[in-house]
Amino acid sequence: MTRRRRLLSLFASVLFATAPLGTARAEGGFILVQSTTSTQNSGLFEHILPLFQAETGIEVRVVAVGTGQAIRNAANGDGDVLFVHAKSAEEKFVAAGDGVARFDVMYNDFVIVGPASDPAGVAGMSDAAAALARIAQAGALFASRGDDSGTHKAELALWATSGVDVSAASGTWYRETGSGMGATLNVAAAIGAYALSDRATWISFGNKRDTTIAVQGDPVMFNQYGIILVNPEKHPNVKAQLGQQFVDWVLSETGQSAIASYSIDGQQLFFPNAQR
Amino acid sequence: MNGFSGVLGQAFGLILAWDADLVAIIGLSLRVTLSAVVIACLVGLPLGAVVGAFRFPGRVLADLLLNALMGLPPVVVGLLVYLMLSASGPLGPLALLYTPTAMIVAQTILVTPIIAALTRQAIRDLDREYDEQFQSLGVGPVARVAALLWDARFSLLTVALAGFGRAVAEVGAVLIVGGNINHVTRMMTTAIALETSKGNLQLALALGVVLLALALVVNAAVMAVRGLAVRAAHA
Repeated sequence: MTRRRRLLSLFASVLFATAPLGTARAEGGFILVQSTTSTQNSGLFEHILPLFQAETGIEVRVVAVGTGQAIRNAANGDGDVLFVHAKSAEEKFVAAGDGVARFDVMYNDFVIVGPASDPAGVAGMSDAAAALARIAQAGALFASRGDDSGTHKAELALWATSGVDVSAASGTWYRETGSGMGATLNVAAAIGAYALSDRATWISFGNKRDTTIAVQGDPVMFNQYGIILVNPEKHPNVKAQLGQQFVDWVLSETGQSAIASYSIDGQQLFFPNAQR
Repeated sequence: MNGFSGVLGQAFGLILAWDADLVAIIGLSLRVTLSAVVIACLVGLPLGAVVGAFRFPGRVLADLLLNALMGLPPVVVGLLVYLMLSASGPLGPLALLYTPTAMIVAQTILVTPIIAALTRQAIRDLDREYDEQFQSLGVGPVARVAALLWDARFSLLTVALAGFGRAVAEVGAVLIVGGNINHVTRMMTTAIALETSKGNLQLALALGVVLLALALVVNAAVMAVRGLAVRAAHA
């Protein structure tokens, strides 16, 4: 009998131990930011969020998913701020009443990476659409995100410009991974495929193998990030005041220079361009 | 990549360094997983015992359902729990999304059918053995279930461990409902997924070795308790 009681008290202690977890860090106030894998995996948030927290005492919790999923989560009211990179989808989000207003924050650019052996002969090109057309013509492997993310949308726009119908090639030389940027780069490195990546994720990516940048510098590969406060009128649980404080800070002189000061191996990853 | 010895070296390095972040991640993994297993046992053990010990109409269907639910896909469970806990879902006002509690809920749903289905089988085998005795002694249904559960307790420990194994290795559900938020809902499996997506394959593998070591320690602890209990029972 005593053994059973001891067992029960063990169970109880495990249960009680978990109870306060949900609220343990709530004291200083926190906000939830729906954002993308590129901002998280590149280490940008680890660089700027402690600065914001030191200044305001507000803890920022980041959920990093693809832009498409981030926007859907925010449209469900599951987040206070949306920080992504797909301008037209962001404008739709605001127009639907889910967001208060959209502001430009920063940009970087996309690059086409590929195997050093360069089977399609595109290395050094600066016309992205022409390079993609050549990859299609050569039937060289291309790893696509295929996940409705900001990068995926940008890639599809480039294919449209190049006049290649990738849906017809799906499963042949055109491989849709349906996963995040890093997972797609892992695939590309493993099978020797080309891929479109944002430069920040590429620079900080740790498993490059013999993959290198093949195409860069095309103005259409410009990658703009925007920030939006989720609309508290439509989603009453949104912490409007704290969220607005974060938006204001990111757009402020301090926030913008914090973004500019982040670099890996001497390379700046994001270029602030908020309009003030 | 320095091969497997490099991975093992880094794993030992991680454990020896006892980094505060890693300790928090291990602690969260243990608390979420063990809580889910305990709750799943509270529900699944009696449920499995009842289905196993009695004949009733629809028992075959109940067997089938319990067995099929063992194969619940974690991502689907994650999505369902997300839709329930989302601010625009029915349980939104509880504000549980992206908390450890949400992860416990999702894992409990995943683990309960495993506990129930395996308990049912263990209890049924035992019940066949005890059936005549129960009948001759005129044992009531509640006492019958209690006696069966008690006498099967050592095999049920293994059942609980099977549930723990499922929960501790699971990533699909906790990633969706927890959000893998640093210092809040990041646990071993989601950290491994994150490092993989950063291309830090060696660190990801080293974390995997740490997770394996964790599972080893938990299993060893349970086996030790079981050994002591068996000795006490036969003393």
